[in-house]
Amino acid sequence: MSAIDVADATPAPTLRFVDRVNPASRLAAAMVLTTPLLVTVDWVSAAIALAIQLVLFALAGVTPGLLVRRTWPILIAAPLAGISMLLYGRPSGTVYGEFWLARVTDGSIQLAIAVTLRVLAIGLPAALLFLRVDPTDLADGLAQVWRLPARFVLGALAATRLVGLFVEDWRAMALARRARGIGDHGAVRRAATMAFALLVLAIRRGSKLATAMEARGFGADTPRTWARPSTVGVPDALLVLIAAAVAAAAIVGAVWAGTYHPVWA
Amino acid sequence: MDATGWGWRHAGRRRAAVQGLDLRIHAGERVLLLGPSGSGKSTLLHALAGVLGGDDEGEHHGRLLLDGRQPADARGRAGLVLQDPDSQVILARVGDDVAFGCENLGIPREEIWQRVRDAVDAVGLDLPLSHPTSRLSGGQKQRMALAGAIAMRPGLLLLDEPTANLDPRGVAEVRAAVARVLDRTGATLVVVEHRVDVWLDLVDRVVVLGADGRLLADGPPSVVLDERRESLAAAGVWVPGVPLDVPDATDAAAPGAGPAISTEALAIGRPRGAVLHAGLDLAVPEASSSVLTGPNGAGKSTLALTLGGLLAPRAGRVVAAAPLARGIGGAPVRWRSRDLLTRIGTVFQEPEHQFVATTVRDEVAVAPRALGLAPGEVDARVDEVLHRLRLDHLAGANPFTLSGGEARRLTVGAVLATRPSAVILDEPTFGQDRLGWIELVRLLHELVGEGTTLLSVTHDAAFIASLGAHRIRLDAHTSADSRTATGRGRA
Repeated sequence: MSAIDVADATPAPTLRFVDRVNPASRLAAAMVLTTPLLVTVDWVSAAIALAIQLVLFALAGVTPGLLVRRTWPILIAAPLAGISMLLYGRPSGTVYGEFWLARVTDGSIQLAIAVTLRVLAIGLPAALLFLRVDPTDLADGLAQVWRLPARFVLGALAATRLVGLFVEDWRAMALARRARGIGDHGAVRRAATMAFALLVLAIRRGSKLATAMEARGFGADTPRTWARPSTVGVPDALLVLIAAAVAAAAIVGAVWAGTYHPVWA
Repeated sequence: MDATGWGWRHAGRRRAAVQGLDLRIHAGERVLLLGPSGSGKSTLLHALAGVLGGDDEGEHHGRLLLDGRQPADARGRAGLVLQDPDSQVILARVGDDVAFGCENLGIPREEIWQRVRDAVDAVGLDLPLSHPTSRLSGGQKQRMALAGAIAMRPGLLLLDEPTANLDPRGVAEVRAAVARVLDRTGATLVVVEHRVDVWLDLVDRVVVLGADGRLLADGPPSVVLDERRESLAAAGVWVPGVPLDVPDATDAAAPGAGPAISTEALAIGRPRGAVLHAGLDLAVPEASSSVLTGPNGAGKSTLALTLGGLLAPRAGRVVAAAPLARGIGGAPVRWRSRDLLTRIGTVFQEPEHQFVATTVRDEVAVAPRALGLAPGEVDARVDEVLHRLRLDHLAGANPFTLSGGEARRLTVGAVLATRPSAVILDEPTFGQDRLGWIELVRLLHELVGEGTTLLSVTHDAAFIASLGAHRIRLDAHTSADSRTATGRGRA
């Protein structure tokens, strides 16, 4: 989601409907959709949410290939989280196998399925909704639609651009340490001194950038205008409503099936 | 603008950066502001742009007015372009970046985009407004910064060494853009720059500040430069026509020397990046000075790092000759970090990337200590290097606080402390004033005289004239995976 990704990535595929929604509204929809899923740990709610999501994203034009290409870290992380639950989750019911601290039981199998589905149900929409979001557009939305302070939003936006420079700085510093005769030993200590040097560089770059922004009138008292309009409309309301409906269906379904189990219970 | 007895002292400094300045610049004048490092030129420019900061960042006396108002209250009346191209790119797309100042001034949306198109056109940036700013060259970035400044329609244009970090092509681009902007807008210009020849036929007045931050000279360019020729040159200003007192390239060659470092069908590229060049066969002659030239982005720095044993060849070989390798194998990239120290030293383009210690003295001592020299020997070498590079008085200073010229001397000194047989330098003269330049070039001649092999990546014509005994040119690759060999050496 950083500026570098936007600059370097191949153009993202278009999505029906979702592309017409303001990035700030997509953030709202993602929060509305995933927050209820965080409060319960059961497999029914996650399964319902995931099933509806997959249908909706397919309708929006997400093909299986695209899904794998853009969300593979989540697709790998979800079963890994499930396996750890399978082995170390709270044991209950029949014991199927045991090794040292690991114990596979009815309870841990159920927990493993629930956690795997949940990571997918929360991770996939978060990734797919932001498939084509440019940080600049998101910042415009946050400042103009959500009315977050412009100083804060634009400061953060300008800072994201520095991240790419820091990556370059880090590589150059690593080569320089080899050239200076201190590249053979003490990887930990070397990383610590590099981190400190990078911090110094970051502060210097940051203050130069701040001067450049100030010279262009940033931070003055006059009210700011926005070169790029950022508006919300019917599609935005619709997306948030859909998100709320999916979350509601998941929770109601879990309560009805009797598996609803809030984390605080 | 109007200054009466104006002065400024940065918080935490004992000496004022500028003091007792009486200066009046009329609308439409084009002023070149000169002076040695530390004479407060940048301070004055920042003050005019209203970005000097409040009372907690320093104290001022006297009066400085812009159109009869305090500069900080007249935001948008002055547009400022700074030296470092990377640090003034604000947003990810060209159009958005240029529009940024107008947004802050509260200009209506339709007018902003009209102004953006005009500004981008005026600086000759022939790119779509959605072009990513991360893909711009240094010269393009500076022209974009200029466009961002003039889109605010300032009456006063302030340029703080806008071409110091650019290659000759970038310098020409920026200069042409400024000329066109001034012709179109009739704005007042104040430019700070060491390289007088770039701006001479564009300005109609030269103002010189002294080392103590006081006004030294003021008048038409021809008169001031004529009268002050010697003192300006002595203060580090690049006055056209004053000869550089350095040896020429014939003194930097060892006739009949064999190669110290050579390559066989070498392909270069950053790790995981594209191959920039392939099939390079070239040689760096021993005990001579070579220069590596070519356009920006051709991969010169990558080649230099590969020859210096810091990056692995993507294909082919780098071969260090036996007198250089001294029995540890001919492939520098396989040498241990410690073994590089006495064989090939590399001076990086950005001094800040190679600083590892908190004092100048420790910085020079790092490499001799890594070699395992006895403490007495380390001290002796550090003293020798500090003295030779005139850094003695800064021994206790933090390397990050040095001026550009001092930082460059320190990076060279830190490499020399282990007496490497070969030294590779990446753009050693970027941003150097005349004094720092002469000092560095003389030092490099001394090293060659002592038998050191030298290779410098450079764009600097005067540097090439003095140290280009052997020239290697790397041409731009047409595509990222170009297979054409373009390296060729000629003595």
